[in-house]
Amino acid sequence: MTERVLLEAKGLEIRFGGVVAAQDINIQIHEGHNLAIIGPNGAGKTTFLNICTGYLKPHKGKVFFDGKDVTRLQPRHLVRRGVARAFQIPQLFTEHSVLENLLIAGAAQSRRWSPFRPLHQIPERKAMLHLLDMVKCSHIADRPVSELPEGQRKLVDIAIALALKPKLLFMDEPTSGVASSEKFEVLDIIAEALTEAKVTSVFVEHDMGIVDRFADEVAVWNRGEVLFRGPPDDVLNHPDVIRDVIGEEV
Amino acid sequence: MQFNLRTVVPSLIVLAVAVLPLLAPTTQVLLTLALSKGLAVLGVIVLLQAGQVSFGHALFFGVSAYAAAFVGKGFGGGELFSMLAIGVVASLAISVVVGLFVVRYRHIFFGMLNLAVSMIFFSLLEKFYHVTGGSDGLSVARPLFLGIEMEREGFEMVLFYLVLVLALGAAWLTHRFLNSPIGNMMRTIKTNEVRLEYLGVSARNTLLVGYIVSAGLCGLGGALAAVAQGVVTPEYAWWIRSGEFVFIAILGGSGSVGGAFVGSLLYEAVRTYASAFAGDVWQMILGIVLLFVILFAPSGITGLFARLTGRKASPASEEAGQ
Repeated sequence: MTERVLLEAKGLEIRFGGVVAAQDINIQIHEGHNLAIIGPNGAGKTTFLNICTGYLKPHKGKVFFDGKDVTRLQPRHLVRRGVARAFQIPQLFTEHSVLENLLIAGAAQSRRWSPFRPLHQIPERKAMLHLLDMVKCSHIADRPVSELPEGQRKLVDIAIALALKPKLLFMDEPTSGVASSEKFEVLDIIAEALTEAKVTSVFVEHDMGIVDRFADEVAVWNRGEVLFRGPPDDVLNHPDVIRDVIGEEV
Repeated sequence: MQFNLRTVVPSLIVLAVAVLPLLAPTTQVLLTLALSKGLAVLGVIVLLQAGQVSFGHALFFGVSAYAAAFVGKGFGGGELFSMLAIGVVASLAISVVVGLFVVRYRHIFFGMLNLAVSMIFFSLLEKFYHVTGGSDGLSVARPLFLGIEMEREGFEMVLFYLVLVLALGAAWLTHRFLNSPIGNMMRTIKTNEVRLEYLGVSARNTLLVGYIVSAGLCGLGGALAAVAQGVVTPEYAWWIRSGEFVFIAILGGSGSVGGAFVGSLLYEAVRTYASAFAGDVWQMILGIVLLFVILFAPSGITGLFARLTGRKASPASEEAGQ
C-alpha cells in the first residue's frame, strides 16, 4: 500500500548572501511518520523548517501540502491548512498562564471569537484541559508560563501546537535546553501526545539518543542538501554519517 | 477584608461621583468633562494592552466632536442621541481608514504615525475656516433630549447622568472585551506576535479590531465633551490633547478600565483647582505628580490600590507605566 504524501518539497533553494542554506532539496513527508532531520550546525535544517512553515520564501522550488502549492503562503494560512510548529525557544504568551496560552490557541483554532465571552468560558476549554493532561501539565495550569522550567515550557509549546489540530507538526529541537536527566521523560510525553493526537511530525535534533528513540525515519542534511534518508538503524550507523554528523557511534 | 475593599471602594467612588453634583452643583460640568475624557482615555488603554501607545488619539475625539457639532448646526440644535451616534460612527469610519495604515507599524512608529494623522486633521480644522470656524471653532447649540427641549440646568443634569451611565457601560463592555479571546489575542501582540501568527491569527487584523474599538470610545468621549462644553475648537484634535490622554492613562493605571476614569477625575480636579489656586505652577504640579507615579506607582493609582489590597498588579500595567 502506498503511503499518503502529506508534504512534498521540490527543488528548494535559498541563499543568504553567499551562504547556500538550501540547494535542490527534494523530500516527501509521509503521513503517520516521525521524521528526524539531523546534520551539523549550518546544514540548513532550521531553514527547511522555516520554508515549510511559511517564515521564509525559497528563491527556487515549491512546497506542496496535501497536494496543493503552499510555497508563498503566510504562516497563519499554513496553520489553517494543518501545518503547526513548535519552536527551539518555546514561543509562549508570557503574560498569560499555562491554561490561558492553551485557551488562546483553542479559540484561534475554532475561530469563534465572541468579543464578550470570557476566555475562560470558551467551548474549547474542556479540550484544552485534556491537552494539558496529555502533556502532563494539568498541575501547572494556573501558573504563569514565565515561571516554568524549560522542560515544561517545551511541553506547553507543543500543547499549543497540538491545540491547532494539525496534520503535520514541525518541531525544532524539542528537547534542547532541557536538563539531561529530564530529556527522555519530556520526549516520551511528547511522543505519547503525538500518537494520541495522530499527528505526523518532523523534528530537527542534535541529540542522537533522542533521534534513535523517537524517529522512525531519519534524513541527514549537510550544506543545504539531503545526503541520506532511511530508517534510524541504517542512517545512524552509516560510516559517512558517523564521520560527518555524529562523530561517534550511538 | 481585601475582597470587600476591592468591591466597596470602586462602588463608593461611583456613588460619590453620582451624588457630588447634588451636593455641590458647581462640580457637575467638571465631572461631565472628566468622564467624557475618561472614555477617550479608556480607548488609549485598550491600545496599551497591545503594547502600543498612540500619540494621536485626539483625532477621533475631534472627529466625533466636529461631527456632532455639524449635526447640531445642520438640524437647528439637533437631538442628543443622534449627535452622539453620528459622532461615534464618524470616528469609527475614520479609524478604519487610518487603522488599516497604522496597524502595520509598531511602537514609536505607531505612536508617531497617529500623531502625524491627528496633526493633519488639526491643520484642516484650522485652515478650512468657512466650514470649521477655524481656530474659533463651532458653537454647539443645546440639543433636544429625546425630543424634549430642556433648560440649561436641567439639561446639564441629564447630560451628567447620561455620561455617568455611558461611562459605566463602556467600562463594563471594555472589561468584557479585554477578557474575551480577541482581547487576549490583542494583549499577545505585546508579548509574542510571532506565536500569534503561528496560531493562524493575523496580528494586524487583531490590532485593527482594538484600534477601531479604541477610536469608538474616543469618539463617544469627544461627542459628549462637545455637547457638554457647547463649543468645539481644533484643540480637540491637538497633539497636546493626545498626550493628555496618555498622561491620564499612566496616572490612573493602564492595567484596568477603572484607571481611565480614576485618572481622568483626578487629573481634571487637579487641573481645575490647581489652575484656580496656583495659576502659575499648576502644570509643574501635574508634572511632579506624574514623576511620582512613574517612580513609585508605575501601574498607576488603580495598580497601587490593587497592590495595597493584596492583589498582584498585572505585568501589563507595570510595563505600560514604564
